[in-house]
Amino acid sequence: MRRLGLRSIALGYLLVVLVGPLTMVFWRSFDKGGAHLWHSLSDPNTVHAFKVTLIITAISVPLNTVFGVVCALAIVRRRFPGAGIVNAIVDLPLALSPVVVGLSLFLLYGRTGWFGPFFTRHGIQILFSLPSMVIATIFVSLPFVAREVVPTLREIGDEQEQAAHTLGAGAWTTFRRITLPSIRWAVIYGVVLTTARCLGEYGAVAVVSGHIEGQTETATLRVQDAYENFDTSGAYGISLVLAVMSVLVLVAMTLLKPKERTA
Amino acid sequence: MSIEIRNVSKRFGSFQAVDDVSLDVDGGSLTALLGPSGSGKSTLLRIVAGLEWPDTGEVYLAGENTTEAPPQKRGVGFVFQHYAAFKHMTVRQNIAFGLEVRKRPKDEVRARVDSLLELVQLHGFGDRYPTQLSGGQRQRMALARALAPEPKVLLLDEPFGALDARVRAELRVWLRRLHDETQTTTVFVTHDQEEAMEVADRVVVMNRGRVEQVAGPRELYDAPANEFVMSFVGQANRFGDTWVRPHDLQLVLEPNGSTREAMVDRVVHLGFEVRAELVRDDGETLAVQLTRDQAEQLELERGQIVYVRPTRETTFAG
Repeated sequence: MRRLGLRSIALGYLLVVLVGPLTMVFWRSFDKGGAHLWHSLSDPNTVHAFKVTLIITAISVPLNTVFGVVCALAIVRRRFPGAGIVNAIVDLPLALSPVVVGLSLFLLYGRTGWFGPFFTRHGIQILFSLPSMVIATIFVSLPFVAREVVPTLREIGDEQEQAAHTLGAGAWTTFRRITLPSIRWAVIYGVVLTTARCLGEYGAVAVVSGHIEGQTETATLRVQDAYENFDTSGAYGISLVLAVMSVLVLVAMTLLKPKERTA
Repeated sequence: MSIEIRNVSKRFGSFQAVDDVSLDVDGGSLTALLGPSGSGKSTLLRIVAGLEWPDTGEVYLAGENTTEAPPQKRGVGFVFQHYAAFKHMTVRQNIAFGLEVRKRPKDEVRARVDSLLELVQLHGFGDRYPTQLSGGQRQRMALARALAPEPKVLLLDEPFGALDARVRAELRVWLRRLHDETQTTTVFVTHDQEEAMEVADRVVVMNRGRVEQVAGPRELYDAPANEFVMSFVGQANRFGDTWVRPHDLQLVLEPNGSTREAMVDRVVHLGFEVRAELVRDDGETLAVQLTRDQAEQLELERGQIVYVRPTRETTFAG
């Protein structure tokens, strides 16, 4: 009985908080029919916004994956002084509001910031263009891979790696053939979370992008734009595509996962 | 091939794990490092393998100074207490790993893995994953994996520690036979004196980071170098400055000039052997080992008063 009660509370909570809004988005997107939805989605500025989001994601996810794995290895395997600080810093983006992240980038790369003048002198535009948006997105999606990999690395311990060393494998071979296969599901799960975060990032990017339609507008910024211009079905349409992308990423992971169980 | 350890010390924080140890292990021998936990035996073994670095001292493998060499350059085979099986690889892939890393030709790898599977009695298990094996099978796989690249020395860290008593006993006999077949210089760490005595040619007794004695099993028992070895290898009773083994105590029912009085506190029948615990008049306890016949003659039972006479004593100077 008690288990049933707990289960219905959990399900009810999910329904209200997650499924409800998603269904509403889906419903409202088709408010004015499929043709209208297609029309607002095929707007050149909207298509461009999706392109920007995908480019940012395509740059941020691989970088954060490599960084996350290296970071996790540093935290778990090398007992260097300051590992605790690295451990805490990795979590910082989770604690910090994305708007604050955006503002701090503004202060760093702005005309009077620390790095701003350097890049201006070399004719590189950081703020109000893709580089700052990528940096902001990398920052906010930084912790996910490391957070997933750290506990898995702890759990598997380092005996397998030591065994590989005694069998003649160097550091890279050991990583590629022993460590990576053992943590691959944590990495994949981290990648999924990172991707979802990159696709959905709003706050930090909103501050540094300058919000230029057709140039520095991501899909999420475009949603706000459409909404403020009373194009509600357009806003819902873009939201729907974003939601579908996230769900696809999750589904892809779930479909891949069972193969692991038989091994 | 031989192992020479010269004045090796290792400290973990304030804990002196290995304290100025020098040791020679002959090529082709089977040696046990025996000691209580924290005696430094595992640390010493890991230093030989290159999995720990000594603070001071040197390690020579086959006459070559390998103190600075990383583990992958040393040509040692290492077997861990908890197997360290590569979980995502089959038994065959596990065993082949050391050969593939060395880029040996495929045919050679296949042939070698086949013969090793035979050697460790795992033929037919090649395509299984480690999780589908029992503990004993996993450890045999780990052994085959360690032996595959033909290491100069084979090092085993409490190899049977995680197994149940029966599999342990089986694997001991099997390790001894394996060594006799392959003649690979082998060193294994154990805290179980019976295991050390049964398997090894030579036993190195360690305590608090130091070597207490190096000897063959029989010598270790009959001529222990000091009180620690006396009490750690086999049981021993203390009479002031002298030590007596439980089977070197004679029990009689009538006192004579050289006997001491004691009361039977507990009698344990272990088939042929009978163990009795006695309490002396001064409160000290004594362990006595008798044959079944002796115990029956004395009609030993709890609360009975007996008289004890040592038949063989050991005294340590200083």
